[in-house]
Amino acid sequence: MNDMRLTERAVDQETTKITARKVQVYYGDNHAIKNVDVDIADKTVTAFIGPSGCGKSTFLRCINRMNDTISTARVTGDILIDGEDIYDKRVDPVQLRAKVGMVFQKPNPFPKSIYDNVAYGPRIHGLSSNKADLDDIVERSLRRAALWGEVKDRLAAPGTGLSGGQQQRLCIARAVATSPEVLLMDEPCSALDPIATAQVEELIDELRQNYSVVIVTHSMQQAARVSQRTAFFHLGHLVEYGETGKIFTSPEDPRTESYISGRIG
Amino acid sequence: MTISWLFLILLAVGTMAFLMARGRALASVDGDARNLHSLPIYYGLNGLLTALTPALALLAVWLIVQPIAIDASVKGSFPIGALPEGGTLDLVMSDVRRVADGLDAADAPDALSVEEAATLLGSGGVALGTTLTTEVLTAAQQYRDSRSTMNLFMVVAVLVLALIGGAWAVMRTNGDFRARNVVERGVLVLLIAAASIAVLTTLGIVLSMIFEATNFFRQYQWTDFFFSTTWKPSFSGRGGGSELGILPLLWGTLYISFIALVVAVPIGLFAAIYLSEYAGPKFRSLAKPMIEILAGIPTIVYGLFALVTVGPLLRDAIASPLGLGNSASSVMTAGLVMGVMLIPFVSSLSDDIINAVPQAMRDGSLGLGATKSETIRQVIVPAALPGIVGAVLLAASRAIGETMIVVLGAGAAARLDLNPFEAMTTVTVKIVSQLTGDTDFASPETLVAFALGLTLFVITLGLNVLALYIVRKYREQYE
Repeated sequence: MNDMRLTERAVDQETTKITARKVQVYYGDNHAIKNVDVDIADKTVTAFIGPSGCGKSTFLRCINRMNDTISTARVTGDILIDGEDIYDKRVDPVQLRAKVGMVFQKPNPFPKSIYDNVAYGPRIHGLSSNKADLDDIVERSLRRAALWGEVKDRLAAPGTGLSGGQQQRLCIARAVATSPEVLLMDEPCSALDPIATAQVEELIDELRQNYSVVIVTHSMQQAARVSQRTAFFHLGHLVEYGETGKIFTSPEDPRTESYISGRIG
Repeated sequence: MTISWLFLILLAVGTMAFLMARGRALASVDGDARNLHSLPIYYGLNGLLTALTPALALLAVWLIVQPIAIDASVKGSFPIGALPEGGTLDLVMSDVRRVADGLDAADAPDALSVEEAATLLGSGGVALGTTLTTEVLTAAQQYRDSRSTMNLFMVVAVLVLALIGGAWAVMRTNGDFRARNVVERGVLVLLIAAASIAVLTTLGIVLSMIFEATNFFRQYQWTDFFFSTTWKPSFSGRGGGSELGILPLLWGTLYISFIALVVAVPIGLFAAIYLSEYAGPKFRSLAKPMIEILAGIPTIVYGLFALVTVGPLLRDAIASPLGLGNSASSVMTAGLVMGVMLIPFVSSLSDDIINAVPQAMRDGSLGLGATKSETIRQVIVPAALPGIVGAVLLAASRAIGETMIVVLGAGAAARLDLNPFEAMTTVTVKIVSQLTGDTDFASPETLVAFALGLTLFVITLGLNVLALYIVRKYREQYE
């Protein structure tokens, strides 16, 4: 990986995938996200960094409306994917989540076989017409998650029997299997050891070819390694957003500078 | 000296040991508790436990063994020729014990004539099986005699043991003694003892059932018991003429339990899913206790409900018009009411189990674009399945063991029939009816109750084993 040449890393694509305007999130009386405007580009990895409780995970969960499952959460403002408002009344959050996949902080494979874990999404969305088709989707997803070689002989084994890193890659395969357009990752490596982390990071870099990836991370090294763009959140505000190389070498806001140099957070 | 006094003295000895051991420990380090291996209280507790545990154990064993030993010795010296006509030694012995207790209560002197004793006992209200004879009186006096001697021995032995234990503990105490470890080992022993009591009780129950059931099978053909389709006990003669086939009872039990589970499992499970996944916290906090109230209603009340409301309703609304029978007591009545009784078992346990499925599972499924009901069907229920099966089995064993609702709802007629609007009865009801009233524990009509009980026990055990197997095999384990 080329983390030593941050400034040379250019953003390949300039098509905007996700547009957020004046997004506010409240948990009951708590104002968690304050007036966030952001444009997330297609086929790039965007990292959200910031201290704990700064709202980066909350904002991530707005993008696939997972906050709808929390009864006290309230979201205002506009979030558009490909120009369509995802908070529009006509949008079915269930359909949206098939398009915007999510990988969680802790690997959470279902207590099912490896095959059934990956086939879960395609089955509920009817993405395959027959068994051979489904087999094909499962294999492709597992290959894309760099897990196929390790599990191809034991697809019937329970997904919970894999190691932590394998479980997380299984969850990525599961998310990829529904062919989403955006992949949201909420601290996907925080429960993994360095080797598994390296594998997942490599994977994220490859996923960029097909998806717009948004990753929340606590590790600034990780943000620097995998992302092309970085957004710094602090106390519910989006403080600074720009190319990763620029954020890490010459941040404009003093708060960003303090955070990446380890003075706040 | 009575046992309660002995207890008080033992307690005093224990307290002494506690104080002395603690004092000695503190004295050995000149009062600076920091130099002790353990906290001072552990030295004290060690004294207390060492003084009391062996003494109390001895006391318990003694209290169990003493009556048996005295009985045996008095029995041995009772002149066989003095047995009354048709009486057995056991009957006479119970008289002897009663006389001895009566004399003790009257605080009678050791030397008494038969007449004096009879008057004393009469005024004390002691009823005897036969008139008091010299032999019985002698035996009773002998009984009293050895009992008081043995009691004295017991007190002395227990107290000496307590004192030795306490002294030993105090002697052993010094600053380096690892009192904490010793006390913790003692506590471990107590815990093991508590666990074994539970296991041993079960074993004892099973053994007593097996013992009585063997007596039954000695008098009654086992093939007739297990394969006969008629249940017709006769209480007129001893044995003979009774037909004690278990099949009609077993059929009734399984039929009623089946209907009860058909009612309780879907309703309970759906209620649990609604409460844990859909209901708001306010509704949930109201509805859950309400459902659990159902579990607190005594089954006899359910029985009354079956008898006066459900039974006649079913008869008038369904059974009579369809020509299926005109009895208010029916399998359907008992099954429905029992099902209602079981709903809270299924729903409350399933609700807890569904709640225990990690939120990450729900997030994972919802995050893939599954709807709430897909998530419940395909992720949450499979993950909670072992617990749900457990809840259903608990309900099933409640249903199989239920008696009151059956008596009042389904009647007491043993019948082998498919029609759910006929009166039938269950194994438990027949156990009760065979054991109530004037029973003779030597006749098969009474002993059959134990064979029935044992069969029921084996069935529920088999059910539990089956459930364990199913759960192990199909479990989808999370984390």
